[in-house]
Amino acid sequence: MAKIVLENVDKVYSGGVKAVDNLNLEIADGEFMVLVGPSGCGKSTALRMIAGLEEISDGTLSIGDKVVNDLPPKNRDIAMVFQNYALYPHMTVEQNLAFGLKLRKTPKPEIERRVKEAAAMLGLEPYLKRKPAALSGGQRQRVAMGRAIVREPQAFLMDEPLSNLDAKLRVQMRASLNQLHERLGVTTVYVTHDQIEAMTLGDRVAVLRDGRLQQVDTPKNLFDHPVNLFVAGFIGSPAMNFVTAALTENGTGATLKFADHTLPVPAETLEERPALRDYFGREIVLGIRPSDFDDAEMAAHNSGTMEVVADVTEELGTEINVIFTVDAPPLEHEDAAALAADAAGDGDDEDGVGAGLPLARDKSVFTARVNPRSVVRPGQPITLAVDTRQLHYFDKVSGLAIGHPANVAAKA
Amino acid sequence: MSDPTPRPTSAAARVRRRLSGRVGSAVAIVIALLWTMPTFGLLISSFRPEQQIKTTGWWTFFTDPQVTLQNYADVLFGTSSQGQLASYFINSIVISLPSTVFVVGIAALAAYALAWMDFPGRDWLFLGIFALQIVPLQMALVPLLSIFSQGLVVGGVQVLPAWEFQGALEFTNVWVAHTIFGLPLGIFLLHNFISALPRSLFEAARVDGAGHGVIFRRVVTPLIVPALVSLGIFQFLWVWNDLLVALIFAGGNADVAPLTVRLAEMAGTRGNEWQRLTAGAFVSIVVPLLVFFSLQRYFVRGLLAGSVKG
Repeated sequence: MAKIVLENVDKVYSGGVKAVDNLNLEIADGEFMVLVGPSGCGKSTALRMIAGLEEISDGTLSIGDKVVNDLPPKNRDIAMVFQNYALYPHMTVEQNLAFGLKLRKTPKPEIERRVKEAAAMLGLEPYLKRKPAALSGGQRQRVAMGRAIVREPQAFLMDEPLSNLDAKLRVQMRASLNQLHERLGVTTVYVTHDQIEAMTLGDRVAVLRDGRLQQVDTPKNLFDHPVNLFVAGFIGSPAMNFVTAALTENGTGATLKFADHTLPVPAETLEERPALRDYFGREIVLGIRPSDFDDAEMAAHNSGTMEVVADVTEELGTEINVIFTVDAPPLEHEDAAALAADAAGDGDDEDGVGAGLPLARDKSVFTARVNPRSVVRPGQPITLAVDTRQLHYFDKVSGLAIGHPANVAAKA
Repeated sequence: MSDPTPRPTSAAARVRRRLSGRVGSAVAIVIALLWTMPTFGLLISSFRPEQQIKTTGWWTFFTDPQVTLQNYADVLFGTSSQGQLASYFINSIVISLPSTVFVVGIAALAAYALAWMDFPGRDWLFLGIFALQIVPLQMALVPLLSIFSQGLVVGGVQVLPAWEFQGALEFTNVWVAHTIFGLPLGIFLLHNFISALPRSLFEAARVDGAGHGVIFRRVVTPLIVPALVSLGIFQFLWVWNDLLVALIFAGGNADVAPLTVRLAEMAGTRGNEWQRLTAGAFVSIVVPLLVFFSLQRYFVRGLLAGSVKG
């Protein structure tokens, strides 16, 4: 086991495309680090550089205090799980598991012991004599995991290992992955484009975009304190609602105005983020998580309200998603455009519900998640309570979260 | 959702359906029968007595069946003027087997390197090898023969000495010639095959600790067996049936000349005793037939395997 450190790592492809741009990341010993981002953000490239399958153009990569930039993959003592499993089709499950150990001249009894152990851990014992073609997708996936486990490497690298499984199996495997990591405690770098996987698996999550690191933090911090518009929109499902709002001072506090809605900014927010005061009298981008709404009639918090008309309601049993429009133009920021493009690209994602609402045109589409006992119906007006302590404020031009510690530090 | 009735989507699908229809099958059977007829006639003739062959057509066999094995006995074990094909038969095997093994082995290694090893000029090299298929083999005969007999001289410097092989080593010339002529197509076929293997398989093997040698031996080779076998069949049949290369590189010497050379001689000098030619032709056909039928399973799979994923 070891920590993995990337320092100013670049990947430039011939032709000048910069897949990874000055990536700095320290993955602690035993940590489960998830790299997440839309397709083409460089997360897989970063992982493949750690594996040694891709050359590092610039910067240094060390695994366990040893710089490994020029080491071939086999000398890095890492194991990798591939998206399409990459099992050797002509070998049985047992041979697949043992292959790496055999090449390393591990003694036979030791190979047998480890294969047996991994097979038991993953429930693969009945299939040891089968070939991959005779296995289901989930079983193949487990063999791929097993091949990594038997090696007992310093680190596991996983490249979207669950993305080829169907939804139900994916949830199951997600849980067993979590368990496995608890049990083995091996440093793991995990690449995914699915933010739910990222949030549920990661000790910490690194959000990448266009080869640049946006934010690394615990899932909770990413959700509660996104550093910019992109992270805010990418993390969370349904996605955060954005609207351009005017921020004006109002005696002790401040108010936000957009379309025909007004929301108060609590005094404690202003205390927490003094930088907000610089934006008095200007427009900012306001972000509201769907989960910070509720039906006003049953809301616990009631620091602000919005009167809206529900366009669509999605009853999920545990909650109701209310989709409505706000009479303000949709956000025009490059981050928002990138997110929309990503949502459109991933057909299998359940988030991004309102993005395709046909009647939206030049209005902003909002999603609110309300109590399942709410009596809201499509076409009916509803009063929504907003937890104004949880509002997110972004600079209209840079897209950075106003008053976020990382951004304050960067400015100073 | 949009259209409940599946319509023929591509031209290829339509062609396939039409070809496998009843009319298509009937036409195919007729063509196959027509094609086999002369061979069939030859087979019948080879079992007929000399006097019969020379006076009547092979179809009279059905009204007046007379069977003899005399032709085969003459041709295989008779006096030298009658053929003595047995020793040439062995020569043919000694020429064909190594020429096939060399081509399959070298082509597999080259195709792996061209597909999965990064080195400068790789694409140009592959393009060059591909282009070699356009060059007719006849163009290379004289230069190759002169290299064998006089060695290679570049600008007055002797780069390669002349090969003066004696005895059994005389086969070397034919082996080398056949290998050279067989390689471009072999490399091209196997390259298509090997480069279609998923990249992640190679990456998994590298992470598992394998170098190129191990990857080639333990991952690639087992997976391309159908392609290797079908290339082997192609090459074997080509070498077995070849007359031109053998005539030039081994023709002058009865110790190394293969069946085809001998058959050609018999056709030339014994045209009036063609009852033996019928038997000779069948002696030479037997091996290709055996190869084809015993490995036919691989043959079909190998032809399809490159194009169909799975």
